[in-house]
Amino acid sequence: MSAVLAIQGLTVALPQGADRPHALDQVSLDLNAGEILCVVGESGSGKSMTAGAVMRLLPPGVAITGGAVIFEGQDLATADEATMRRLRGARIAMVFQEPMTALNPLRSIGDQIGEMFRIHTDLLKAEIEARVLSLLAEVHIPDPRQAARAYPHELSGGQRQRAMIAMALALDPKVLIADEPTTALDVTTQAQILHLIKDLQRRKGTAVLFITHDFGVVAEIADRVAVMQHGLVVEEGPASQVLNAPRHAYTQSLIAAVPPLTARAPRAISAEPILVMQDVRKTYRTGGFLGRGGRVTHAVRGVTLMLPKGATLGIVGESGSGKSTLARCLVRLVPPDGGSVALDGLDLASLTRRQMRREAHRIQMVFQDPYGSLNPRRRAGELVAQGPMIHGTPRVEAMRRAKALFELVGLDPASTERFPHEFSGGQRQRIGLARALALEPEVLVADEPVSALDVSVQAQVLRLLAELRERLGLSLVFITHDLRVAAQVCDLVAVMKDGEVVEHGPIARVFEAPEHPYTQALLASVPGRDFARKN
Amino acid sequence: MKAFLRGYLRSPPAMIGLLLLLAVVAMAISADWLFPRDPLALAGRPLQWPAGHPRFPLGTDNSGRDIAAQIFHGARISLLIGVVATAIAILVGIVVGALAGYHGGWVDDVLMRLTEAFQTLPNFLLLLVLVAVFGSDLTTVTIAIGAVSWPAPARLTRAEFLTLRNREFVQACRTLGMGDARIIFREILPNALPPIIVYASVVMAVAILLESALAFLRLSDPNVASWGNLIGLGRDVLRVQWYVSAIPGLAILLTVLAVSLVGQGLNDALNPRLRRR
Repeated sequence: MSAVLAIQGLTVALPQGADRPHALDQVSLDLNAGEILCVVGESGSGKSMTAGAVMRLLPPGVAITGGAVIFEGQDLATADEATMRRLRGARIAMVFQEPMTALNPLRSIGDQIGEMFRIHTDLLKAEIEARVLSLLAEVHIPDPRQAARAYPHELSGGQRQRAMIAMALALDPKVLIADEPTTALDVTTQAQILHLIKDLQRRKGTAVLFITHDFGVVAEIADRVAVMQHGLVVEEGPASQVLNAPRHAYTQSLIAAVPPLTARAPRAISAEPILVMQDVRKTYRTGGFLGRGGRVTHAVRGVTLMLPKGATLGIVGESGSGKSTLARCLVRLVPPDGGSVALDGLDLASLTRRQMRREAHRIQMVFQDPYGSLNPRRRAGELVAQGPMIHGTPRVEAMRRAKALFELVGLDPASTERFPHEFSGGQRQRIGLARALALEPEVLVADEPVSALDVSVQAQVLRLLAELRERLGLSLVFITHDLRVAAQVCDLVAVMKDGEVVEHGPIARVFEAPEHPYTQALLASVPGRDFARKN
Repeated sequence: MKAFLRGYLRSPPAMIGLLLLLAVVAMAISADWLFPRDPLALAGRPLQWPAGHPRFPLGTDNSGRDIAAQIFHGARISLLIGVVATAIAILVGIVVGALAGYHGGWVDDVLMRLTEAFQTLPNFLLLLVLVAVFGSDLTTVTIAIGAVSWPAPARLTRAEFLTLRNREFVQACRTLGMGDARIIFREILPNALPPIIVYASVVMAVAILLESALAFLRLSDPNVASWGNLIGLGRDVLRVQWYVSAIPGLAILLTVLAVSLVGQGLNDALNPRLRRR
């Protein structure tokens, strides 16, 4: 087989002062016709830089310093800008992670896809229109005629990504580079898009360079796999071999960190409830004048759930299912419109703001974003000590406890004097956890606490969470969109869709024998589920 | 902090601005020592050209007062008005903007309509009205300038708060049970401050210009030696003895330039990412 795109000893230098001198160090990869090559790695591994270097779209200050990218007999690493412009889009196309930012919000979808033809061909207007419609039909957008007239915000995330793929494939490129194209999508949509890419690739014989961090996606789609770490390709080979018999230690650790989809053996759960949600409701109203013509969103409609003492209740669902709003209702960041949230018999939903502030220490929250959830201008120790200080602990005592908590969550107690930006993502999430634990809460609400972390860090944080739960006797509400993560930590699970709980019960029962069709669809959409089950 | 200083010191315009500003401050400090006499007292023959007489290096104005003495003493007035009026404007702006941005809803509506009411009036006209009503001594003029300059900082603060109030670290503070006042002033404000500090330099430059414009119309405090007063006086002899207006004009130009350069330098040093374009 001959390589369509050959990356040979490619070296890309980072600007001075970066954490390492090279983003890519002597990377060599061959992309053959009609295959999907997955480049997989954690953040900072250089996988996106590889795509950028091939397209010669590198961030300012980053430059190719050695090696070659051979495409159709030409070296792209040294080609001039005019040549690159002719190739981009027409011969090598790219699909990005976030279709909303990759599309121009002020122009219709059809117009933007048509632009590909207007730039690279001299087709007539009517011909272009016909081509755009057939492309949209090819990527299975319902009602292509209407989609062509729509603006990006009028389509769903999945439809936008389909439109992006249609645009990328418009001129029958030899090579398609897909940079985390499904990462921003829900799991059911992700399954459809992966299926679409694979199907189109088969029919058109396009070579696909697929960049991802998710081994599930790799198992789903890859013909061959290249694993990257710190700018180096550490392992390369056929998908079945890399996934089932990885040779390099890093690949082995990455694959071992992917949580299996099967629930762990059930633990004994106490029958005594600690948190009881009764018919919790929250409705958002936006716009409209004097209550007319506004849009009403029922974010949470009548959720009734019970968390037993010492247990972990997982709440899973896709974006817009209301799971995050429910979490915020529990800690009263969002006042629920109706229903009750009883913590050990005390209805939190009926408290005044002042009363709630006093009871706040009994139910605490861990947030998703390890970067946004810590005030960048406060020292780490202070962030942890803040809670007890508000509730009347003297500063010296609170700081001493903060040091002890740092130790508890596996951080160096000496690092309390450092600022958040001096910590890595995983460490910051530990600080967030220490902050929540500082108030010695009875219930901990964790909103996607590991979703922003790399898979190996994710595994560490999950292990820490399980360990703390045992040691401190915590009761957890665990919000996640990732069913694998849920399978790892939860005793009970509730599946939410459109603000309602469609199914709930012990996790082993729900995952092994889902009753509701939506739960079944959700479980069937998990990428690489067979691979995950084996693991 | 170190990176901030290094970033600031490395930029030549910012350093020129800082040196100019320090020169104005030095003038203000040394005024009593270099020109111990009342700068508004008669000193010699009126309308002597600069460098014409060794006692009057910058000449005399149409009443025979020493222009150099007025420039040095005037630096005090300009800086005083600039600093105090800016402090008033920024303080009011921060409180109004922070409350509006943090609370939203009807608080935001009321405060923003009030801000817009102030903004729709040209601020110089409003300043004229205030001075006409409350008189034109130095205190009134300074407070009046502060009172017409707060809407822009308020809107800026509000915009910063709107983006910051939904950040997870603010939500985290709320789940800890922290009170609103503490969240606003201790948690959010330090994060919102850099652009406001930068904007303060613009407010200060405008405040100095507003005072001189008032003085030019002879509506500022006539009992103090200010640059604007001198320009106003020179107006009568502008066609022949143009230096009477030109010298204080140059002083204002350089001071405003200095403040703007410092502001720009602060902006670049506080937002290093924006500069590398």
